[in-house]
Amino acid sequence: MKLQKSTLLALYSVLEFAADPDRQITAAEIAGKYGVSTHHLSKVLRELGRAGLLESVRGVGGGYRFSGNTKRITLMDVIELFEDISGRAMNDARMPSGNEAALASVLGEIDETAKATFRSITLDTMLMLARRAARSPVAAPALRRPVDDNLPT
Amino acid sequence: MHVRAVQAADIGQIIAIDAEVTGLEKTDYWYEVYRRYGTSQTRQRTFLVAESQGTVQGFVIGDVRDWEFGSPPCGWVFGISVRPGARLGGVGTRLLEAVCESFRHAGVTRVRTLVSRDNTLVLSFFRSQGMTAASAIILEKGLER
Repeated sequence: MKLQKSTLLALYSVLEFAADPDRQITAAEIAGKYGVSTHHLSKVLRELGRAGLLESVRGVGGGYRFSGNTKRITLMDVIELFEDISGRAMNDARMPSGNEAALASVLGEIDETAKATFRSITLDTMLMLARRAARSPVAAPALRRPVDDNLPT
Repeated sequence: MHVRAVQAADIGQIIAIDAEVTGLEKTDYWYEVYRRYGTSQTRQRTFLVAESQGTVQGFVIGDVRDWEFGSPPCGWVFGISVRPGARLGGVGTRLLEAVCESFRHAGVTRVRTLVSRDNTLVLSFFRSQGMTAASAIILEKGLER
């Protein structure tokens, strides 16, 4: 499962908000941290707001604040907002060849494992992993890497 | 709440917890597990319960397996369950910590378990305890002809 840029931004953003639920954060702050345009990030945050994961804060400073439950919301809850996670479909209506069916079966195995992983990891667990990664000199840079179109997932 | 070694008098409650969680009452199975893991707890085998106010709230079973599948000795948790009404109170965490401590005493430095990928609740629990995907892959096939 390859995640799109918007999905990765949504995940990073939700984790930023969930790490400090009382804090209001602007799109510009997060965009600056991850090296992306504020315009793009604003669209992502609006979608997270529509889904009830964030609430917009009016008045001085503006921005958003976390409004979910970190022990209940999983990575999949966020991913589903931005990705079509239904099974792989063949591109045409003809009967698939043996090779195509076999390859689809292998890719399906990989997808199902990825989905189960995303469904089982809550934001609370991710925040714990992020704290550990921040203490680890090897893992920490990956979490702060700017998002680009070629980011492997 | 305290965690202690299982006793024969606990088996009825363990059967009831498992039946409530899985929908299957496996009486013979649990008496056999008790015979193998409860009556002779050794360095290799651990069967613990979490009890509060005289009621068993959950249980955990594990053992140390040496060189299975070519793996150096490690602890395996092959059963853990918490009474549904007692969840979100840290019972599972206490049980897992206790069985891990018994593994440490047995001299191993890694714990493993096996969970169906459809069992999101239990997968989430183990993830929340810091467990990640192992370096092994489980394979299977049907034996029908």
